[in-house]
Amino acid sequence: MPIIPPNGRTMPKRFLGLLLVLPALAVIAFLFILPLIMSAVGAFQVEGTFGWGNFTKTFDLYTKDIIFTVMIVSLSTVLIGIASIAIGGYLTLGEHPVAVAILRWLYRWPMFIPFIVVGQILRTFLSKNGMMNNTFINLGLLTPLDAVSFLDWRGIVIAFVWKQTPFVALLVAGAMASINRDTIEAARNLGASRLRLLLEIVVPQVAMTLTVGLILSFVTMMSVLSVPLMINAQSPTMLTADIAFRVNSYGDYGVANALGLISLVLAASVAWIYLRASLKERA
Amino acid sequence: MIAAHNPAARNPLAALWWVPRGIIFGLMAFFIFGPLFNLLLWTVAEKWYFPHSLPLEYGFSSWARVFAPRGGAMESLTNSLVVALLTVVVSLLLAIPAGYALARLKLPFRGLILLAFLIPQAFPNLTVYVNVARIFYEIRLNGTIPGVVLVHVSHGLVYAVWIATAAFSAIDAELEQAARNIGAGAFRAFLDVTLPLAAPGLMASAIFVFLESLDEFTGSYFVGAPDVNMLPLLLYTTAAGGNYQIASITALLLLVPSLVFMLIVERFLKADVLSRVGH
Repeated sequence: MPIIPPNGRTMPKRFLGLLLVLPALAVIAFLFILPLIMSAVGAFQVEGTFGWGNFTKTFDLYTKDIIFTVMIVSLSTVLIGIASIAIGGYLTLGEHPVAVAILRWLYRWPMFIPFIVVGQILRTFLSKNGMMNNTFINLGLLTPLDAVSFLDWRGIVIAFVWKQTPFVALLVAGAMASINRDTIEAARNLGASRLRLLLEIVVPQVAMTLTVGLILSFVTMMSVLSVPLMINAQSPTMLTADIAFRVNSYGDYGVANALGLISLVLAASVAWIYLRASLKERA
Repeated sequence: MIAAHNPAARNPLAALWWVPRGIIFGLMAFFIFGPLFNLLLWTVAEKWYFPHSLPLEYGFSSWARVFAPRGGAMESLTNSLVVALLTVVVSLLLAIPAGYALARLKLPFRGLILLAFLIPQAFPNLTVYVNVARIFYEIRLNGTIPGVVLVHVSHGLVYAVWIATAAFSAIDAELEQAARNIGAGAFRAFLDVTLPLAAPGLMASAIFVFLESLDEFTGSYFVGAPDVNMLPLLLYTTAAGGNYQIASITALLLLVPSLVFMLIVERFLKADVLSRVGH
């Protein structure tokens, strides 16, 4: 039945619905999609004319950083994937209720901690004289001379894995919990080890959720500025830090936009690989 | 672990499994709580330098400096709270009608519209903020509180709209119909029946948006700084200046609301709403 608005006129439901959604959509259009298009167009603009100038300059200056970014984000994604399968797997297949409860309580803590705070606390924790090295030295596992700072690419990877694993593990554990237990029990009765159960029965069934979680993490890591700024701002560094530097130090929007477009293409190609794989699976 | 599973569960060897478990859980706890504990130490460290592994003197003088009237931190704290509250108000004003329409009314391209709100989360957004700052500079919104609020709204809308949609679709539509049948207008029925029932879900979305705004760094960095100082920016500048005490206190101020929310989220976000998010 048609909704009757307060002024008493009958309005088709569709029209009213669109009207209610429109203001929110307008915010996305003007504050996200328009600037996104501006950045894509700006990447090809060199002093008022169109050309490839920004990209030649970008590849001259930042090829190393592009490779560095891809390596760091890919390595972090792989580690997050392994850690969240391990956590989700133990929560699903673990047999000791106390151990499962401890893990469930333990793993979620970093999830809601903001990236900028993650950057700050890991900066003090991982430095040469930080708490991690100090603890290992006090336990006799490390001599003071061997202590090294982890505030380079390793620090960024640790920060990403620290912050993003709980999120992916939460998604994966949720998906694992809703798997039909009968197949697991059947395989267990046939004598399958728990590792085989996890890798051959549980993981394939949650592959979709795992991939979605990892892609979201990949995109998030591609756009985080605070972690590279806080942990490792020297060269080589991540593209986000380069973009900020280009804009703040040189006002060079052309190269900044070109770098932005490159990180966009990198993120989109990951999503594309995923889409192709899932289409193939359905065909 | 297999020993724990088979009927001989009371096998004394089963207790030995606590050795590997203890090592793994202990390492996890060290890497999760170690950095947090380190942060707490820094907030009360008066003197702490190499090679001492613990502070030499403890005290609250940094706290006094942070909360001093002209410490700069109070300004950032006020700005952050004002921006976060305004972001919640604007987001909910946009998300409540949108969520209602997405949940209850027949909409063309409903799936696409829901997906559109995900766009700001699904693209690397740094380059977008750079260009938003350019637009805002032209229309004189750069370096103003409304400018920062608008940026945060665009980022937080996905939580607001998706959770609001889920909250409205978890409510029985017949309740509103019943109010209409006894003569209430559509708006009245919505205000008196549907909105109060959706309140816990909307509250959850408000908290999500609030935290998202409080913690947002990149947008504030390009659109707000240096005129509008926010807590994350203060954290960044003090940490870059090597003042670990002030940086750690700022980090703690940002951290506590997030942890509190993690502990209470399940109270607001009931399973019936949660299972509908994104559908």
